[in-house]
Amino acid sequence: MPVTTINGREIHVDDEGFLTEYDEWDEDLAKVLAANINVDLTDEHWTAIKFAREDYKSQGETPTIRRMASVGGVDTKKMFQLFPKKPAKKMSYIAGVPKPHGCV
Amino acid sequence: MTTETHAPIVPNFDDDETDRKIAFICSKGNLDMAYPALVLANAALGEGIETHLFFTFWGFDMITKSRMHDLKFSPVGNTAMHMPVGDIRIPQALAPLPGMQPMATKMIKDQIAALGVPEVPEFLDQIVASGGHLWACRMSADMNKLVEEDLYEGVEAIINASDFIEMTDGAQLLFI
Repeated sequence: MPVTTINGREIHVDDEGFLTEYDEWDEDLAKVLAANINVDLTDEHWTAIKFAREDYKSQGETPTIRRMASVGGVDTKKMFQLFPKKPAKKMSYIAGVPKPHGCV
Repeated sequence: MTTETHAPIVPNFDDDETDRKIAFICSKGNLDMAYPALVLANAALGEGIETHLFFTFWGFDMITKSRMHDLKFSPVGNTAMHMPVGDIRIPQALAPLPGMQPMATKMIKDQIAALGVPEVPEFLDQIVASGGHLWACRMSADMNKLVEEDLYEGVEAIINASDFIEMTDGAQLLFI
C-alpha cells in the first residue's frame, strides 16, 4: 500500500488515494482531502461525513447513497449537491472510508 | 509491499469528463426484469453520467401508477429458479401451479429487501432524485390507453420513437 504525505503527515492510502487506515483520519485532514477535490465543506457536509464514519465503524461498510438517505438522514438530492457528480466516492474519500461496496 | 511517495495521491474523479451518456430501454414488466436497469441506472448516476430510462411495452408497468407497486415474478419458463434451501431446481411442471407465482414473488422481494435495495417505485424516486430522466413510450401509452396522469409523476413526458432516438444521440444504449 502506498504512503502519501497529506497535511505534513504520512497517510496510508490505496492506489487511488482513498485512506486505508480509519484512525489516521481527523477533521483537519478531512479539510485537506476536501480541498484536494474542490469541495468546500459546510455543516451539511460534516453531517454526512460524520454519519459515514460512524456507520462504517458500526457496520463495517461505507453507507451507500440509499443508506445515507434512509438511515443517515441526508437525502439523495442533497448528496448530489454536497458532493457533485460522484457523491458516494467523494464523500468516502473525504470521510477517510473505503468506497461503498454495495450496488445500491 | 510499502512504497513511499511524497506527492499526494488524489483520486481522479474525472470532473471534466461530462460527455458520457447512457440510456436504458426497459421493455419488461416482470419484477426480476425491472431491476437490472434500475440498478445500473442508479450506478451510472452515481458516477456522474447523464442517464435516461425509456419505458416501453411491458416495461410500461414499471411506471404505471396502478401497476408499479405490484410487479410479479413468475418461475414459469425460468430454469434458473431454485428452492430457497438447497441447490434444487423447481421443476418446470410445478412452476405454473397455483400459489407458485405469489411465493416466488415474495421470495425475490424478500431477498431484494434484505440487501436494503428499495422496491420499484421507491427506486424510481431515488433515480429521479439523482438526476435521472424517465420517459414513457408513445406507442405503449396509446396501446394501453394511458395518459400522463396515469403514470408515475417522475416521468418527464410521453415521447415517440423518433424523440427517443434524437435524445440519445451519442449515448450508450442498453435494451432490457
